[in-house]
Amino acid sequence: MAKYTTEPLRCWAKAKELRKRFYEDFKGAHEKGGIRCVGSAWALDAVTMGLGRDVYWVTGEPYGASCAFDRPLSADFLAAAENFGFSRDLCSYMRNYWGSIIVNKSAFGGAFPKADFAYTQHICCSHGKWYQNACELEAGDVPLYVIDVGVGAYPPFQPEMYEHRLRYVADQILDSIEWMEKITGRTYNDELFFEACWNDIRVTHIWAKICMLNRTVPAPLDEKSIYSLYVFATLQKSRGQFAEFYEELLEEVEDRVKRGIAAVANEQARVMTDTQPPWGFLKIYRYLETCGVVSIGSLYTFGLEGMWLYDEEKNDLRPRPMPPEKPRSREEACMMLADWHLSKPQYQHFYHPEYKTKMMDAIAKNWRCDGIILHYNRGCEGLSVGIAENRLGLLQRGNKVLTYEGNMGDETEFDLPATETRFDIFLESLGLKKPEG
Amino acid sequence: MIEKFREWYENRHEYQKGYKDRTGNKIVGYFCTYTPEEIFYAADILPVRILGSHEPQDVTEPHIFSMFCPFCRDVLAQGIKGRYDYLDGIAIGQSCLHLRQAFTSWDLHKNPGWSYFLPMPNHVQSKRAVPFLVEEYRLLIKKIEELAGRRITDDDLRQGIDIMNKARQVMKEIYEFRKEDNPPISGTEAMYMTCAQFFTDAREFLPVAEDVKRELASRRLDRDPGKRIMLVGSENDDIEYINMIETLGERESVGCTVVVEEHCTTTRYFWDEVDTNIDDPLRAIAERYVSRTPCPSKDWPQRTRLQRILELAKDFRVDGAIVIQQKFCDPHEADIPFIRKFLEDNGIPTYFLEFDVTVAAGPFAIRTEAFLETLEAEEDLF
Repeated sequence: MAKYTTEPLRCWAKAKELRKRFYEDFKGAHEKGGIRCVGSAWALDAVTMGLGRDVYWVTGEPYGASCAFDRPLSADFLAAAENFGFSRDLCSYMRNYWGSIIVNKSAFGGAFPKADFAYTQHICCSHGKWYQNACELEAGDVPLYVIDVGVGAYPPFQPEMYEHRLRYVADQILDSIEWMEKITGRTYNDELFFEACWNDIRVTHIWAKICMLNRTVPAPLDEKSIYSLYVFATLQKSRGQFAEFYEELLEEVEDRVKRGIAAVANEQARVMTDTQPPWGFLKIYRYLETCGVVSIGSLYTFGLEGMWLYDEEKNDLRPRPMPPEKPRSREEACMMLADWHLSKPQYQHFYHPEYKTKMMDAIAKNWRCDGIILHYNRGCEGLSVGIAENRLGLLQRGNKVLTYEGNMGDETEFDLPATETRFDIFLESLGLKKPEG
Repeated sequence: MIEKFREWYENRHEYQKGYKDRTGNKIVGYFCTYTPEEIFYAADILPVRILGSHEPQDVTEPHIFSMFCPFCRDVLAQGIKGRYDYLDGIAIGQSCLHLRQAFTSWDLHKNPGWSYFLPMPNHVQSKRAVPFLVEEYRLLIKKIEELAGRRITDDDLRQGIDIMNKARQVMKEIYEFRKEDNPPISGTEAMYMTCAQFFTDAREFLPVAEDVKRELASRRLDRDPGKRIMLVGSENDDIEYINMIETLGERESVGCTVVVEEHCTTTRYFWDEVDTNIDDPLRAIAERYVSRTPCPSKDWPQRTRLQRILELAKDFRVDGAIVIQQKFCDPHEADIPFIRKFLEDNGIPTYFLEFDVTVAAGPFAIRTEAFLETLEAEEDLF
């Protein structure tokens, strides 16, 4: 029986439209005289926007997830990558992406649109290699620029963010501007860069504020819906339309909280998850809901793009305040972007699992979770790194933890019935039972 | 003298414990060859690389998810099993995510009281990498000084550079013998030698290596060298495998000698020296680690390894290359199709083998033998 009132999100249709247009823009970029750019979801896309408002993006991770959602299509892409000689245990987003190039087919229909250049960042060992290989597969004539952001953890996990670490990242950004001018023949417009930089900061800040609202009981958002919403920050953080959409979404979620609107009408227990889900099997979230469980989110959905700061004393995560004002010079914009992004919660565990364990425990306690479900994700080494230590650390901090194995983008590595059975056992340990029939 | 390398390889712990007793020096275990040993030597601290023991996994499952490479789990197992309890510290130079987990789990569960993660730049092709790394070395030095209980001067750093460069030089001189038609040192022996350098004080390694170099000038191995093979790929100290393929000729119609390797246990580790013409020793060390033959995790946007691999293949006149990969080693997996194509386009046949820490001896011998036979067949044909 429903405990709470629920209703669909009003902005849902707009979200679908925005996403559709985003991919269409990329595909049709050349018809409008525009530029196609590809890179990681963590790429500093704002920097490319100084080339003009007609730079259109596709980011590899959400693209890979979209492939994975269509399991037969994904199977073709994965097979093509394997036939080329790539190992089956490599990042499954990456294999779907490479497979798309090899078979020249896009998950959004038609041929795979060739990029004019690739612009990405590197913190996971696969990031640089992903686009190095993608550019080579595209006949070797797609120029590539990679910014190394692996400079160490952000405070409070390190005593300070040393100047030279920020400078290293900022200088690479500066160098990339010259590089882009050279390869595109365009003159760089700093004003457009500042605007895009500010959009990036707005998007990643507002997203954190939206996630904060999910501390409410009942949760106004469930994680399956969150996946469709957080994606805009992964598609292109610097896109003004997405900043505006997040402002609308924030208002709507605030309104849901005020009116007590629940994402799951039968919310009896709250869990959080970790890492990307097996995209072809999102129904596992609906399965949890039938038992009265809402997944309120994860460090992954909150902090993959959302910007937060961890408060060690209070064991809490809070949205990182925006800088007081927009950047006014190219150098300032580069430093601001570097400093903003190096504090990204999902960057921190690359240096030590303990940092992630602390942030996850903060979510578990402050978002009032009854349990934690960790996806041991064979598809992503970057977000699975340290996950076994996260499990141990969360258990030591008194959390109930379930693990299941799977793969975000390769259906052959996910066992649905076995996972549901594990969920059943875990839910019983939380005092919940699947309704009969 | 060559037997000494094997002794050091097999008895690394005895050597290292004895070293501490003899010298009173501290020992720091490091996890990746991007850790600047020069700086540790400058502080009179012995840096020793931690390798695995090639035993089946039995203690690391709770700590490292099994999709990560067996080598990193084998390394962690050494710590969990208490085999390195005599260490005074642990350190890692940032490289792959796999080995980083061995380091961080060791840090969590077996921390000897001093540990350091060095953010070695990933973008080694950027002009920004060296200045960044110099500043990182300054932070590292402060931390090492705490452990050493004394200041490290530029002269100390030059001393550290000299120690490491001399070892590198003698290794390369010994490798020259492997270019001969019938190399006087086998691949198995060479692997014992390169790994022994990880486990010993380079100042004690050096005179033995110098003796070996002299010995090799007149040494003749009573064996048919067979096909000249190059090993290319991820971490490999699988001596059992190398010995197995080098003795194939005693049992089968084809045999081989491993004449050169491109691994982080071999040439990627020692081939490049620190340039002593650079005045600032810290900058000189940084230049060396940034410009050395890279791990594929740092080899982008250009794939610079290809040319180095080809140069080695040509210099050592290899008949074929066996591309070896630790299972789950993502950086190498991302390179392998391109390396194989590049070598084959340049007339060097390749064969791919995926390794675990324990070698499936029988099947691997048969597969390697089949590859060697294909090299024979080409000769027959032309």
